[in-house]
Order: sequence, then C-alpha cells, then structure tokens
Amino acid sequence: MKKEMTITEKILARKLGREVEPGEFLLLEVDVGLGNDITAPLAIKEFQKYGGRKVFNPDKIVLVLDHFTPNKDIKSAQQSKLVRCFAQEQGIKKFFDEGRGGIEHVLLPEEGLIKPGDLVVGADSHTCTYGALGALAVGVGSTDLAGVFLCGQVWLRVPETIKIELVGNLREYVSGKDIVLKILSIIGVDGANYKVLEFGGDGVKKISMDSRFTISNMAVEAGAKTGVFPVDDKTVEYCQERGIRPVEIIADPAPNYAKEIKLNLDDLDLQVAYPYLPSKGKDIQEAAKEKIKIDQVVIGSCTNGRMEDLRMAASILKGGRVYRKTRCIIIPGSQQVYYQALKEGLIEIFVKSDCVIAPPTCGPCLGGHMGVVAEGEKVVATTNRNFVGRMGHPRSEIYLASPAVAAASALKGYICGPQSI
Amino acid sequence: MRLTGKVFIFGNNIDTDVIIPGRYLVTSEAEELARYCFEDIRPGFGRRAGVKGSIILAGENFGSGSSREHAPLAIKGAGIKCVLAKSFSRIFLRNAINIGLPIAEVSQIDGFSEGDEITVDFTKGAVRNNRTKEIFKITSLPEFIQKIMKSGGWLNYINNFILRGAR
Repeated sequence: MKKEMTITEKILARKLGREVEPGEFLLLEVDVGLGNDITAPLAIKEFQKYGGRKVFNPDKIVLVLDHFTPNKDIKSAQQSKLVRCFAQEQGIKKFFDEGRGGIEHVLLPEEGLIKPGDLVVGADSHTCTYGALGALAVGVGSTDLAGVFLCGQVWLRVPETIKIELVGNLREYVSGKDIVLKILSIIGVDGANYKVLEFGGDGVKKISMDSRFTISNMAVEAGAKTGVFPVDDKTVEYCQERGIRPVEIIADPAPNYAKEIKLNLDDLDLQVAYPYLPSKGKDIQEAAKEKIKIDQVVIGSCTNGRMEDLRMAASILKGGRVYRKTRCIIIPGSQQVYYQALKEGLIEIFVKSDCVIAPPTCGPCLGGHMGVVAEGEKVVATTNRNFVGRMGHPRSEIYLASPAVAAASALKGYICGPQSI
Repeated sequence: MRLTGKVFIFGNNIDTDVIIPGRYLVTSEAEELARYCFEDIRPGFGRRAGVKGSIILAGENFGSGSSREHAPLAIKGAGIKCVLAKSFSRIFLRNAINIGLPIAEVSQIDGFSEGDEITVDFTKGAVRNNRTKEIFKITSLPEFIQKIMKSGGWLNYINNFILRGAR
C-alpha cells in the first residue's frame, strides 16, 4: 500500500525520488540558500576558512542586507561591505542592497524567488515564512549557509508533522497574526520543537496570502522547523503573477500526524501576547480592560510589513492622530511595498496622523536601531518576539499584536482593539 | 570524551536574544561576542572570572528564537566547555553541532546547585555531581550527528566526506 504523506514528506520524497520516514537524517541539495547582513558575514568567514574559493552555485544563493541597514555604525557598515564584496566576487546576482530590496522574508516571495516544493534554507530563523507558498523553508545557522556555499547541500532530519485544522471564517479585523498568536498560546513556545506545523482545513482557502506569510513566519516561535500551507488557488494566483508555474503540493487525506489541533476561526478574537513570550496571548477584550499605557508602536517587520498590514493600519489611523504621549513607527517591508503604499495614499495617512516612516529594515524588531526603547517603556509591536531586551532595554516590555490592534493602540495610547476607536 | 567544570545554572526558555542581545551582532568575532554573553539576564557574566572552563546547565528549550550562530559562538568564545539542558531548541542544537560546541540533554537539573563541580562523560552517557556524588543520565546523540561532531563540525564533515576528491 502506498504511504500517505504530509506536505513535508511529499516535498522530500519528490526531491529524493523515494519515500522518507520521520527521524531519518538526509543530505539534500538546496534550491535556495539565504543570508543577511548579520548571518552572511560569519558564513563567508567560515567558507573561506574551510578552503572555499568559488561558491557551489551562485544562482541558488540570495543575500539581503536588511537587519542593520541603512547601516547604523561603522561595524555594521563593515559587515554590509563584506557581504556586498562577496556577492560581487562570486557573481551572486540575487544580492539586494538597501533601496533595491527590503526585509528578506517580504522580499523573496514578492520577487518570485520561492516556488512551491522548493527546499529553502536560510540563515535566519524566520525563513519558515515561505512555507506559506508550499515550500519546505527552514531556518538554519551561518555554518549551514557556509556549507551551502561549499557544496550546495544541507543535512536535515525528517520531521514529524502537527496538523492545524482551520475551520470557519475570520471575523472583522481578525487576521493571520491572531491565528498564529492563538496557536502559540495553545501549544507553547516549544510545542512544535523539531516538528512541522502543517495548516489545512476549509478555513485555509479564505486566508489571504499576506496572512499566510504571517502565520508561517511565526511557526518558529513554537520551535517548529517550518509552517507549511497546501498549494491552492490563492497560491497558484500569487505564483502566476510572478511568472511561476507552481507544482500543486497538498497533503494526502490521512497521513500520520504527531498531533492534530482544530481551531475555529468564528470564535477567534484579536490577540495580544504579553511579555516575555510570544505564547502569552490574551483576547483583546481581556487585555483592553487593563488599559496598559504604550510609549511606542511599531508596525512592520517580516511578520507584518506587507500591503494587507499597511492597509489595515491606515484604515484605522485615517483622519486620527497618534496619542500625544505615544510614538508610532511604520516600516514598509520592502521597496515595492513602500511604493505601493505611496501610490495608494497610505503614506500620506501615516504622516498626517503623526507616524514616522522608516525605510524597509528589521531595525527595532531585534533592538538593532530605528526605534530602540528605554528602561520601563512599553511597546505594542506587530513583530514576532517579545523576549527580555528584544527591542532595547532589558526592562522594557513588548506586547505583540496585529496591525489592527497596533494602530488602534497608537491612537488611544493604551492597548485596545479597533472597536474602541 | 569527559569534561569537568563548575556549573552555572539557567532556567527554561533561555532564548538567543538573552544569550547574545541583538545590539551586539555587529561582529562575528567569538571573543568579542563572549564579553556580552547573557548580558541582559546576568550583566557582566561574559566578563567575569570563573566563566572560562565552566559548564552551563539549563532547563527546557535552551536557545529558542533567532537562528544567530553568534549565540553558541559567544558561549564557546567565553571558554564554556559544554551546555547541558533538559531540551534544546532546534536551530541552537544544529548550530552547536555544526560549530562543535558539545551539548547534551540531561534527564533533570534539580540535583545541582550553582558552583557545583560536575563531570560529563559523553561516552558513558552520564553526568556526575562531584559534590553530592550523584549520577544522572544524558541522552546520546544520533549516529549521524555524532559523525559530524567527531569530524569537528559540519564544514569538516563536508570536506572529509562530501567534497573529498572533488577538489
């Protein structure tokens, strides 16, 4: 009898030409190897230390300068320069400098660099974002990237899969961020360690591509290897707009899942994750009662820096002003997103409502620059992590939420949902 | 392989942002990163005497969050001999393996106090608290991973087993 396979097992079987079993260790050729201005310098150094002269296949490598760009100091400028020179020397054409790219995980799908069925390894934990396209996209370290430079391969352990069955319809204002924060509060920050989260069920087809990217993006916050969606009409349309003819990868009807969790979208409210773990989510009704005062709001990042996010934020901020004691930073996720937001008049709305617009950068999300916070300050951010010291001072606090909650909280100066506006 | 050292004890969910905060990622030099290791939860830890030659003992999900290899690198750079934890987050685990930082899962950490001298015996799969003389189990790594560790890391493995003869 033919084995029933999960999406991940199908992708791996397709690559190897044979079935795979969870727990098996594999050496695999990668389709895309990704690095950024923090992780690539270390990979380059290791590649050279281990005798590397020419990279195995420059066409499969993507390098993006996005974390400390535009460079915040001399050291970060040196790191960027190192990557820039390496890309040039090695003939890596998929190199994205500032002004020509954006945040890697917003940029790569947008540019059509990821296809369903691809094996993508990125020296960045949020590489799992591309699971939204039905790719097997896995965050790894710099040495793994150096390995891809050397031989084009990576080692992987075949993971078990947890199925997340989504049913019903999303309520007004509720988005992918709320789905993923809810899942995290159910399974915890190590609930999917070494495993894959696979999304399925009738609810999936109503979820936009931008929301899918947000959901897959935060799979790693449950420790997951990746978060993968089936390829459906929405994926096909997204791919075709970028000149890709996708393979339609879906799970078999009854593969062997490690666990199955059902989430009814009809019952899902807006979520806020309290410090200091992304799994500490509460419903907005409950969070709003506390009237937690906010010093800074950040709307952007590889999690929520896409058009759907900026449109949502603008629809709430339009005609209003950010509360006088609160600062609001908006970060379009890429040059394309920035331009589209400009054309749609969203940037004007943001500026008029007293927001500051940052260039596409990871910036404050990892406490890098462009919005680092002081002792005791409280932040609502659409980013992905609220760990101790993540955005600056170890005694600052980050509350993770969707663009809808972030924009509403910016107007009021305390944590609330858009229904309060 | 046997390693002996004094232990520093950490809790659950020690993420890579507290192992090495984002603001210090403007370099990839292990010695420089080591100075700020655990800075936000134990200020000055990376610069204090006694860290070199020590062993870290932690709870569940050690190394969660960012894929920054700077985290195991900072630990290695500080001269910490190995990390034992009840469990590791997956990217930290593979980074430690790839750079040759010895790690192992330990059955429990309650039988240890900070400053205890311990001996980790990777061959026997055991850790001994030299103060209390108690012995606990550590899990052995899968064969494939042991092969990477024995090669001295992933890039040595590639050079020895994948590219051998190809250059």
